[in-house]
Parts: sequence; structure tokens; C-alpha cells
Amino acid sequence: MRVGLFVTCLVDMMRPSVGFSTLQLLERAGCEVVVPPTQTCCGQPAWNSGADTHCQDLARKVIDTFLEFDYVVVPSGSCAGMIRNHYPEALKDDHTYHSRALSLAKKTYELTQFLVEIAHATEFSAKYKASACYHDSCSCLRELSVREAPRQLLAKVEGLELKPLKDSDVCCGFGGLFSVKYPEISERMADDKISDAKDTDSSLVIGPDLGCLLHLAGRAARRGETLKFRHIAEVLANCPHPSIGEGT
Amino acid sequence: MTQNPRAFREASKQAVHDPRLKQALGRIKGHFQLARRFASSDFPDFEALRDQGAAIREHSITHLQPLLAEFEKSVTSRGGKVHWARDAAEARQVVIEILKRSGARRVTKGKSMVSEEIGLNDALQAHGIEPIETDLGEYIIQLRHEPPSHIIAPAFHLNKEDVAETFRGAHRNLDPSRDLSERSALVSEARTMLRAAFEGADAGITGANFLTAREGAALIVTNEGNGDLTRLLPRTHIVVTGIEKVVPDLNAASVLLRLLTRSATGQPITSYVSVMSGPHSPELSDGPREFHVVLVDNGRTRLLGTPAQEALRCIRCAACLNHCPIYGAVGGHAYGATYPGPIGAALNPNLLGISQAHHHPNASTFCGRCAEVCPVKIPLPTIMRYWRAREYAAGLPPLSNRAGLGLWAFAAKRPQLYRLITKLASRILKRLSRDGRIHALPLAGGWFAIRDLPEPEGKTFMEQLKSS
Repeated sequence: MRVGLFVTCLVDMMRPSVGFSTLQLLERAGCEVVVPPTQTCCGQPAWNSGADTHCQDLARKVIDTFLEFDYVVVPSGSCAGMIRNHYPEALKDDHTYHSRALSLAKKTYELTQFLVEIAHATEFSAKYKASACYHDSCSCLRELSVREAPRQLLAKVEGLELKPLKDSDVCCGFGGLFSVKYPEISERMADDKISDAKDTDSSLVIGPDLGCLLHLAGRAARRGETLKFRHIAEVLANCPHPSIGEGT
Repeated sequence: MTQNPRAFREASKQAVHDPRLKQALGRIKGHFQLARRFASSDFPDFEALRDQGAAIREHSITHLQPLLAEFEKSVTSRGGKVHWARDAAEARQVVIEILKRSGARRVTKGKSMVSEEIGLNDALQAHGIEPIETDLGEYIIQLRHEPPSHIIAPAFHLNKEDVAETFRGAHRNLDPSRDLSERSALVSEARTMLRAAFEGADAGITGANFLTAREGAALIVTNEGNGDLTRLLPRTHIVVTGIEKVVPDLNAASVLLRLLTRSATGQPITSYVSVMSGPHSPELSDGPREFHVVLVDNGRTRLLGTPAQEALRCIRCAACLNHCPIYGAVGGHAYGATYPGPIGAALNPNLLGISQAHHHPNASTFCGRCAEVCPVKIPLPTIMRYWRAREYAAGLPPLSNRAGLGLWAFAAKRPQLYRLITKLASRILKRLSRDGRIHALPLAGGWFAIRDLPEPEGKTFMEQLKSS
């Protein structure tokens, strides 16, 4: 199984350890993993801003880069959702690329969903001693219907006690450019999420999307909270890196 | 209170820091979300019902002309009269003419969002006609000279202490020593005032939840019974509603009723469902002498054929507001428009113009909860994104935003350049970090207003991969 790894722009620049963890997990799941060096961004900021032409240009590049693989795996619900749900819509008037967008959409998966449903790999002998809660990203939940896969994977992590998070289907307030356009609303939503996480007595919040995690970790740091944040790939791959925002 | 959608940013900033509003909005979960969840899971197959409802509404809005023609014919054959209003001004004029002709001076009103949309109350007052809102929430905000903050619970932004204060200020005969700390005391105080209003009203105005083409009937759902007293007691009854409310027949309306009440308040059915189908006939003892239906377009047909058309399916249950984290943080007034929340974000750019209402479709994280609960499956985030694209195409976002996006896209389309920029940026960000985070950066005020930026590793993934 030849898998193209789309690391995403945020992981590339802000948290490469998520990319390496993902690479490791995919290889251990028996995939032949290729990281195309010409990848950049999926174009979501443009799409969500209504800048359709920019988005279409980037979508065509991603399609050209990744169409050759059996599967494309993304350690992010929102970028995977962009490719799966919005590329075909963005390119609906492009006769050449619309059908390509559809076939890329069909083989693109968010990491946890791919591991559980396609690679049938759930054993990674991961260890992490902590009580933690899981923050579903809205894209995972509602764009990709990914809910059970991450929980199934985390249940196998030795030492990890996963506590149910109240209102786990409610947005954390990131929303890409929303977080900078309406910081005060975003703040309220982050604070609600952080309080709910603290109420579970967890020391760690695990999530599938780096965007949510940078936003929540950044807000928690500003508030002086001790809560830690990690991407699920890092937890599953025993990533030795300090948690997000703990320095290097 | 003037409505200004352009001031959303400032208004929402104030709203999130208002502790009383926070307390009031804190009731959304218990009051609406859980109620809807229980009601929808109690129903044997709510998903199938949603599909059925969506299909009925889609059929209705794509067959408006024949359905409305049939509706008019049916109403006329029962002795009622249908009036057509292209916009808000025409709608106000039609209502005022009917009222003047019948010599009405005092008018009771059932809750109607279309009446808010067209600014009816101010117009009535300007013509010496006194409107009295009879829905409890609507009555309270009328006393406070405020617009509704919620589609089905107009005074949802208020706590019971606010209501007690309002009554003490407005009801001159209220004994200052009377205890108004309980909800029931507030209701009974309002009832006393409203009884007199019902008895003295010359005309009644209601909205409509649905219009049925075959029967020529208008339906409303209420829990207080005020709708029936408004429509039955006075000699003249005027229904003011949007043209999109029409459905083929009572059977279709009954499917939508099941969806509406469960999605709105979580009730299997409201206390009252009133079917209003014309003036009273000789064999009936009560009912109005005159029955008028004012059908308001006000931009609705303009939506037909656009990617925002599905917004016309809306049955105004407010489930999207109740599940929207943005609405839940800022409340309805911050939007500065009749329709707040996700449905407002879908409707307002058409109703008010995109340059007026541009904040509304932007004030969303696209979390998708609104579409998930919408009883008629309106793809609300898709419609909001469409409005953002219209806004962008019209050159409305600030130049700095568009230039920023343009530069970023320019680089993202050129992998080599992109690699170089991210490599540099990653190093600079690393240098600027203290204690694992960056506290501030120029040109990134929005991010750093409320949060830090976690420290990056300093070398990009691509860089590290190449050297590994």
C-alpha cells in the first residue's frame, strides 16, 4: 500500500514531531510512505475566506502531487476534510480537475480513521502515563464522522486513562482565521473548553488537529494553566518531544 | 435600541464580557439543547423525518409560484383576502391601510419575526395605532424598547430579575411591595396586563409558521394561547408572513410541525396549534369578521437560483442558534439584525446587503453543529462560505487581509520559495520564544490579543526530513 503523507502546513512549520510520529505510525502499519517534497498547504485559509481562485490553484497542485498514491493520509481532520469534501466543490467547474478531485477525495483519510478502518492497525505499544481527555475536532466529527477511531487507538495506550470530556462535540473556538478575526469570542470558547478539560482532572488534552491544539495551548499558556496538549500521533508513537508549548 | 450589523465586532466584544448576559445564555443548554436531544431521540426515526421535512420544504421553495397562487385562491374562496408586498415598506403600508380602513386604534400582536423584519411596530405607532405584543417574551422586550434576541424566545437574553425590574418600571399600578421573585408571579403580572389588552383590541396581527396552499390556511404554534386570543377576539385579523412559508397542504404541514416543535423547544407538540383559515362563517360563533394575509417577499425571490436558496427552507425553529457556540457566547443583540445566529448569517447578506451584514457569515468557525441539527437540512456553513466568496469577489475585506492572503497563496503555489520562507520563519519564531512560547508579534494582534503562540521546533518538517 503506497501512502502519500500530507503533513500539513501547520505541522511542517510549527510541530514537525507530529509529522515524524505520523510517518512512524504509517510505516509500522505496513504502509510504504512517501512524502512528496513539493507539498505546501491544502488551501483551506483561501477557501474559508471565499478566495476561490487561490484555493482552486492550490487544490490543483495538491491533486497533481498526490493523485498517484493508493491513499493520502493527513494528520488533521480539517485538512483531510478540505480535500475530501471541498475540493470537488471548489473545482466543480473545472472539467479536467473535477473528476481528479473526486478520486483524490475518495482515497484521502484523516490519520486515525486510516489506521483503524483502512490499515486495521491499532497496536502500537504506546505508553503514556497520564490522565487525559480527547478533544474531537469539529472537522473530524462532522466533516469526516471520525469519533470512535481515535478512542479505540487511545484505549490501547498503556498507562493512559482517558476521561470523558463534557460537551466534546462543541467547538474550541479556533476556526482558522476566525481565531484572529474575532479573538474575544474565540477566547470565550477556548476558556470553556479549557475549564471542561480541567473539570475532568486530566493533565493532558489530546487532539487530532494541530490548529485547535496551538490555539488551546496558547490560550492555556496565557492563562497560566499547567494543562498539557499533544497531537494524537505523538501519543501513539511514543514521541519523546516535550508537549506543545513546553519548549524544546 | 438601533440595529447595526456593521458593529458586530464591538458589540460581540462587549457581549462576551457581560456577566448578566452570560448567565442568561448559560440556560441554552438545559433549556434548548437537551430538550431537543431528548425529543429527537424519543422519536422513532428522526433522521428520516428530517429527510422528509427537507424534501417538503425544498419542493415548496422551488414551486413557490403555483403554491402561492393556489393559496390565494383557497383563501379568497373562504372569504379572506391575500395581499402581496414586494418589500418591507409595501408590507407596512398594506397593514396600515387595512387597519385604517377598519378604524383600528389598538392592535394586539402574536409573535412574528416577519413583523420585526419589516419594522411594523414603529410604523404603526407613527400612524397613531398602538401595537401590544402578547407573547410574554415579546411583551417584555416591547416594554424595554429592545428587539428580540432570539427567534423563538425573544427575551432570552434576560434573567427573571431583569424582567421584574422591567415590570416595576413600566406597570404603573404595580404595588411596589409585590413579590416578583418567582417566575409564576411575573407571568401572572403579565397576564393581568394582557387580558385588558385582548379585550380592548380592534385588530389582531399574527405571523404564520406555515401556509397551506390547498386549504388556504395559516398555522401558528404557541404555548401561551396568546395567538388564539389575538386572532379570534378582534374583528380584524391580519396574518403577516413571508412568501416562503407556503407548503402544499395540511399533511405536509403536519410533518413539519413534528420537526418544528421538537427542534425548537423539544416538545412533541406545543400547547396550541392554531389553524386559521378565514373569517368566521355564519355557523360559527366566534372568529374575526375580516381575514387578511399579507405575503411579504422582501428579497426572498432574489435568493432563488443562488447557492443560498436553501436558506428559504427555514422553518424558524432556532435550533441553529441554540447549538451555535458563537450565538451562545454573544447572544442575539450583538448581530444587530432581526435574524441572529447561523440562519441570520445565511439570510442577512441578502436581506441587508453583504456590505452591511458581512460579519455574520464570517462569525463562524464552520464547526457545523448548526447544519447537524437543522430540521430541514439547510447546509448553513456552505451558505455562509458562499457569502464570504461574494464578499471577497466584491473586494470588501480590508486590503491588508486580501494582500496577506494573496502573498501567502503566491508562496504556497511555489514550493521552493515556500520552503525558504517557512525555514526562515521557523527559525525567527524559535528565536523569539521565551519559556516555550511567543508572547507577541507585530501584525498578529488578533492571535496575541488573547493567547500566546507555542514555540516551534525551529526547523521545519521538510528540512528535518531532508537531513535525516
